[in-house]
Amino acid sequence: MIEAQHLTKRYGQKAAVDDLSFTVRPGIVTGFLGPNGSGKSTTMRMIMGLDHPNTGRATVNGRPYHDLRWPLREVGALLEAKAIHPGRPAWAHLWMLAQTNDIPRSRVDEVLAMVGLESVGRRRAGKFSLGMSQRLGIAAALLGDPGVLIFDEPVNGLDPDGIRWARLLLRRLASQGRTVFVSSHMMSEMALTADEVIIIGRGRFLAQQPIAEITAQSAARFVRVRSPQLEQVRSALDSCRAQTVLEDDGSLTVRGIDEAAIGEIAARHGLALHELAPQTASLEEVFMELTSNELEYSANTGTEGKRS
Amino acid sequence: MSTYAPSMPPGRISMKGLLRSEWTKLRTVRSTIWTLGATVLTGVAVSAIAMGVTRAHWATESAANRAAFDPIEVSLVGVYLGGSLVLGVLGILVVSSEYATGTIRATLAADPRRPMVLAAKVLVFTAVALVMAEVTSFASFLIGQAILTSPAKHATLSNPGAPRAVAGVGLFLCVSGLLALGIAAVVRHTAGAISAYVFVQLVLPIIVAGFPNPLQHQIERLLPLEIGSAMINNPAPDAFGPWTGFLILCGYTLLILALGMVLLVRRDA
Repeated sequence: MIEAQHLTKRYGQKAAVDDLSFTVRPGIVTGFLGPNGSGKSTTMRMIMGLDHPNTGRATVNGRPYHDLRWPLREVGALLEAKAIHPGRPAWAHLWMLAQTNDIPRSRVDEVLAMVGLESVGRRRAGKFSLGMSQRLGIAAALLGDPGVLIFDEPVNGLDPDGIRWARLLLRRLASQGRTVFVSSHMMSEMALTADEVIIIGRGRFLAQQPIAEITAQSAARFVRVRSPQLEQVRSALDSCRAQTVLEDDGSLTVRGIDEAAIGEIAARHGLALHELAPQTASLEEVFMELTSNELEYSANTGTEGKRS
Repeated sequence: MSTYAPSMPPGRISMKGLLRSEWTKLRTVRSTIWTLGATVLTGVAVSAIAMGVTRAHWATESAANRAAFDPIEVSLVGVYLGGSLVLGVLGILVVSSEYATGTIRATLAADPRRPMVLAAKVLVFTAVALVMAEVTSFASFLIGQAILTSPAKHATLSNPGAPRAVAGVGLFLCVSGLLALGIAAVVRHTAGAISAYVFVQLVLPIIVAGFPNPLQHQIERLLPLEIGSAMINNPAPDAFGPWTGFLILCGYTLLILALGMVLLVRRDA
């Protein structure tokens, strides 16, 4: 369980994180979404006790990070894949972390094997590709077998196989009852990995919802209809208070009623349909919609700020 | 839905874990071996060359030069001048490499008690630096004296003042490394910390040498380099005694380490 309560972090006049509150629950993968520079990493660093918030606080399992008895056994984090001394062998990077929390040496070899780096454990981390560094970072997060896991953009630099592997790992960790909090700027990636997402823009909270709900409620939802009797279909639908738009490609875009209703209306009028395709907005579109509103809002408050 | 319950031993993170961790950090990067090796080599090589040259020219030296020659001092010049720079680089790297590579975040996530983390770094570095500094000073002295055979006058550890000079310059070397570590805790960047350290150790004495007296001597005796020089029996005019000077150097080091600790606690990692 991770809780953020009114977290605010300012750099000069600019708030990187602005009165952000949310709860990350155990047992599911919670995605943390926002455009680059929206404050995701800063928020994660504040949860980890690395950056000090100006106001508000963050707790892990009900306590501030600083008060955890065995931090690595409670929280595992991958914040930056390349944050490894390039001259230090991979095993030594893990071992020096393990020692602080009385984690046995055997666990170092265990996590190296879990991330598929057992054969390169003695190599210096500077020789690692970005993908291998990500895996080493994930290994470090797993060292203390913690119940709370925090990953900042963990799939960056992974190849398609690696991305699939990471996705399955995150899902498995969550299914074991752990809290899994993973940031990304890519909605499509989150759609496959996360059960729930927290969306922020410009450091502000925008939404926290199950992925499916976010998609379903999107204003961009519509049904594409094709028919040899398109004009009749259109007038039949218009009379039922649907909004219809005739597209250039000869299809009809219908908003306001769902595909079942459209099918029934067509059947009542004895009209043939060649296509009746509900178009859920992609998460990417919803994401853009949400965050572009936020950008506009920020621009407005910016001008007002200047005037006062 | 089951909530995961991690296995949690009794007690909590301790200084012991931090010390073991810092020792692992130090011994698993090559820069440690290089800087420690270079520290010993600098001290011994300067001593060997100086003593070899002295021995070769002894017969043709004037009586005044022979009388002024101090075999203790000359065998230790490389230790306090060169060695302190190289060991200082290691002291700097102990802190600055964590910031340069970003491992400071992993370090502080593993143990968020920041003053303890810096204390562990200081303790482990002190232990390693003290051993290597004394090895350097004794090796430089003994090898240098062995090269300086008769008729040139050479010293042994039973000479009055010799044990103090040899052991003392080792202490000076170790504390200089700690001073450098403290500078790095404040500055956080490797290049910046090395520049600041070199400025204090080498550039400041040159600047002060241009000051009029008595101002020059009053400032000089406060400089780390002059304190080291006094330790090897080559005191500047108005210099403090070797141990008074050493305490002043320890004072500087404690101040900069305390400042580094306050900043470490206050700043974002």
